[in-house]
Formats: sequence, structure tokens, C-alpha cells
Amino acid sequence: MEIFSGLAIGFHAALTPFNLLYCLIGVFIGTLIGVLPGLGPAATVAMLMPASFVLPPVSSLIMLAGIYYGAQYGGSTTSILVNLPGEASSIVTTLDGYQMSLQGRAGVALATAAIASFFAGTVCTVIIALFAPPLAKVALRFGAPEYFSLMVLGLVASVVLARGSLLKAIGMIVLGLLFGIIGTDVNSGVQRYTFGVKELMDGIGFVTVAMGMFGIGEIILNLEREGATDRVVAKITSLMPTREDWKRMVAPILRGTALGSFLGILPGGGALLASFAAYSVEKKVSKHGAEFGTGAIEGVAAPESANNAGAQASFIPMLTLGIPTSPVMALMIGAMVIQGVQPGPSVMTDQPALFWGVIVSMWIGNLFLLVLNLPMIGLWVRLCLVPYHLLYPAILVFCGIGVFSLSNSEFDVHLMALFGVMGYIFGKLECEPAPMLLAMILGPMMEEHLRRAMLLSRGDPTIFLSRPISLGILVVAAVALVAALLPAIRAKREEAFKEE
Amino acid sequence: MTDWKAIGESKDFWSGVIFLGVGVAFVGLGRHYPMGTTMRMGPGYFPMVLGGLLASIGFILMVRALLRPGPGVGRLAYNKVALVTLSNVLFALLLRRLGLAAALILLVVVSAYASKRFRWPVALTLAVGLAVGSSIIFVWLLGLPIPIRGTWLGG
Repeated sequence: MEIFSGLAIGFHAALTPFNLLYCLIGVFIGTLIGVLPGLGPAATVAMLMPASFVLPPVSSLIMLAGIYYGAQYGGSTTSILVNLPGEASSIVTTLDGYQMSLQGRAGVALATAAIASFFAGTVCTVIIALFAPPLAKVALRFGAPEYFSLMVLGLVASVVLARGSLLKAIGMIVLGLLFGIIGTDVNSGVQRYTFGVKELMDGIGFVTVAMGMFGIGEIILNLEREGATDRVVAKITSLMPTREDWKRMVAPILRGTALGSFLGILPGGGALLASFAAYSVEKKVSKHGAEFGTGAIEGVAAPESANNAGAQASFIPMLTLGIPTSPVMALMIGAMVIQGVQPGPSVMTDQPALFWGVIVSMWIGNLFLLVLNLPMIGLWVRLCLVPYHLLYPAILVFCGIGVFSLSNSEFDVHLMALFGVMGYIFGKLECEPAPMLLAMILGPMMEEHLRRAMLLSRGDPTIFLSRPISLGILVVAAVALVAALLPAIRAKREEAFKEE
Repeated sequence: MTDWKAIGESKDFWSGVIFLGVGVAFVGLGRHYPMGTTMRMGPGYFPMVLGGLLASIGFILMVRALLRPGPGVGRLAYNKVALVTLSNVLFALLLRRLGLAAALILLVVVSAYASKRFRWPVALTLAVGLAVGSSIIFVWLLGLPIPIRGTWLGG
């Protein structure tokens, strides 16, 4: 059995003391940023990337992955205890989680969140181990047209799943693709839009853009909303769910995991959408639907399992196809490239220790989170009460040092400041930055594959429709786009995003 | 009656203006790059198509906003944008000249000033703490090649 030998390689790679340590550091930092409001995983992964370059590839990816799913755990803690989502993907958890706290059931809510997340994480690890290898094998046969179509699908999905206006999301995609063009054209060597600036010759670094738009831009947006709210922390009493609680959380966890795994694979889906979708589905199908919003345990179990499943499932397209489905995955791909690993279907065969090591480390990381988080809850609570006016200058310090050390260049700091302003403006205009960043990273690859496909077909664009796999992918993309435009589904989509 | 005030504040309208402007700029600045043919695409092909597409999206957004302006942008926090941006730019300009420690103190104090809960003693303590901590972690422990004391301070 290939899976078992693969998992054995994975355990071998992940269980070295060195990698265990970095897994632990990763989930610890992840929980930390999940707890701290106003600091998202994309900005954190971007900030820590320069520090991870000193590590071997396996350790660095294990750590970065740990940050990502650790953040999903941490985000729920503050949602439940202080009604303050540390992470966008745990916004819905506040609805019932905080209500449970007010009823003196904060401990149970936290335990439910932890159990739901751990279960989802475990299932997702198995799903990745089962589905990634066959997917990678199929992908090995992909040519330029298939890759181009796949990226089209990726961008379409990120548009469909973005919140707000479709047209604006498409605009952000095209904007991202255009930003991706800046730099030296690989085919002709022509400098495009560099204006003789030598720092632009290699293109705009996406870490810089991510830090600017998700780090700096968010800070300005948060400062604008800054209020003098007093945060009241709920008391934690018993952690143990009752028999009734156990009975009520099983089905929502199963449904949340299934939904999260599915949505996580889709580009642009990930943890955020998974948690929203799981909550609204659960509200409809649950026998206790009427109790939602008043402290229903299902309202914690479903979104918490879904966001963790979604976070982890988004590794599938990243590891097997080399295609990012979210800004964080894009950063992970960037980390791989800098570490000298070419992302794509060949990672599994060429670097089995890396591929399986990362997968196995996710399960180990989830175990760490389950064991460590509940006893450390006191520390996390104190951290989430750190006032924002002390927190954001520290974030700026880390962003500044991080972006400078990417290539020891002041230019990157200026660029980050510029993208910070852009992030703020787009935030005010309700234009989502995530599809833009995704497009910026996919842009150069897309252009390359498009040119190659056109050369292959002697300029005949029907090549994308005459190759069955490519056609199939494009049909899925078209169906998704048309579906998003249909009035009925459109209303549903808006409703799903409105459940705040 | 067209409600010009609502249009002038419309989020959709201004998104459209930005998209149109950037699209036109990319087409204009890239017009000399060789287009090539569909079979052998030159470096100008992709930017021209995308620039045109972005400009069209921007145009549609603007027209749509003229008919139905939608929600307005609201007040912009110019001073906060300016302070946060200034803190970053100062940091970049002075990093090598003043060194990491002094540049960080400036970065923290200037950016902290953007908060309405700003207090001098708190900000200065935070600044010194972060400067000392970062110097230890990033320069001494991680060995980043950044001078702690810059050229202006005789470093």
C-alpha cells in the first residue's frame, strides 16, 4: 500500500526532534496570532517567512503550516470567551460560543471547539493522504493547456467565493494579473513596467504585497474602527461536555468536517467560507435550529470543525498541483520556491519526505493543539486582552524588519507602505484583496502556460476545448461562474456571507 | 434626477475609476512592447488584453454606479493613513543611517501616534522595549545583516 509506505516516510520525517520542535513552534505562534485580534495568518506567514529561510525545507514548511491551522484554533478561543473573533474564520463561532459563555458554559464551548477541530484535522489528514497521491499522478500528465485551464478555474473560484460584488472581484483578479506582469519577461527578456528601477526587474515580491495589504492595510482599517470597548472575559468552569452535549455535537462535527474538506479544496474557499457555510447548513438541518444564536452547541461544533477542515484541505491543491487556493497557500508555494523546491505534482515523487512529512506533521500539530491549548487557556486569554494600541506598532516592527530582510532592500519597505495604502483604499471600497494576491502569483505562470499552449496549437485557441481534461476543467469553471450569476444562488451567496 | 452627491461617494464608482485608470495606464505604458501573433505571443500581448479588460470593467462599474450609486465610501482616515505610511517610509530611509534601534523607536512612536489612545510614556516605553527586543532577536540571535547603530551615529 502506497499510502502506508508514504505515511511511514512522513512519520519518519516529522518525528525527528528538530521537526517536532518546529511543528510545536508553528502551532504555538499560530495560536498566538489566532488569539491576537487584527493579525491574520497571511500577514503572519509573510512576516515569518524570512526567518524560516534558515531552516531546511521540511522544517520550514512544517512550521509555516502549523501557523496556519494553529490560527484556526486560536481564533475560536477569543470568539468564545470575549466575543471577539481573533480570526475571520471564527466570526460565526462568536454567535453561539459567546452565548454559551454567558450561560456559564465557556469551558464546554472551548472543549467542543477543540474536539471538533481535532476531529476535523485528523479526518483531513487522512483525506489528504488518500487523495493527494492519485491527484498528483493525474497531474503529472498535465500539459500547458491543462495548467492554464486549471488556473482559470482557480481564479474563477476565488471570484465566486469572494464576498461582495462579482464584478469588483473580477476587477481585482485582472489587477493582480497585471501586477504580476511587472518585471522581466522570461520569454523575450523585455523589461515590462519596470521604469528602469532595478528592484522591479524580478517583479514585485508577493510577500511584500501580502504584508502591505494584509498587514499594514488592516492596521489602518482597524485603527479607524478603534473604540474604547471594554472586553469582559467569561469565567471558565467545567471543561467536560455532558452526555447530552456529546450526543448533540457528533452530527454537526461530521457535517462540518465534510463541508470544510470540500470547500477547502476549492480555490478561494478555505477556512473562512467553510465556517460560514457550515453554520448556515447546520442551522437549517439541525433539530435544534431554533436555538441557534442563543448558545446552541451545534453552532460551535459545526463551524469549528469546518474551518479547521477547510484550512487543512486547502493543502491538497497546493501540494499536488502547485496551485495556491488562498493567499496563505500562495505564500507557502513562495516559501517552497525560495527553498529550491519546485511546487507541482512532482513534489510527491521527488521529495517524498517533504510531501509526507508535512502531511503527517499536520496530524501531530493537531494533537499538540488539543493537548496544549486547553491547559494554556489562561495565557491565551491574557494575550487577547493586549490592547490594540500596543499591538499594532509591534506588528509594524515585525513587518518592517521582515520585509527589509527579504533582500536587504529599503525599496521593499517603501513598496510595502504603498501596498498598505492600497489595502486600506480597497478595504474602504469593498474590493477583496485576496483574489488580487492570488492572481498576482498565478499571473506569470498563466502567461507562460498560455504562450506555450498557443505555440503548441499554432495559435488555435480551441486547444483548450479539444483536450478532454482541459475542457472538463473549463466546464466546471463556467458552471461555477454562471451559477454565481443566477439570481437564486446569488441571493443565497449573499445570505451566507451576511450571517455575521 | 441623477443624484451626483451619491455618485461622488459611491464605492462602486470609485472602484471603477481606479480600475479604469490602472487599465488605461497599463495599456498606455505598454503600447511599445511587441504584441507578437496569437501563435507567438510577444511581451505586449498579455498586458494589452488584460489592461483593456480592466479598463472595461472599470467603465462598466462607473456606468452602473451612475444608474445605481450604492453605498458610499464614508470618511477616510487621512491622518491615520499618513502616520502609518510615514512611519514605514521613515524606517526605510533611516534604517542604515540611524541603525535598527533608533529607526525602530521612530517607527513605533510615529505609528503609535495614529491611535486615539496614544500616550507619550506608554509609546516611548513600547518603542524602547521593541527596539531592544528586536535588536537581540533579529540581529544577535538570527544574525540579520542590519546595523544596530547606523552610519550617522558612527556605527
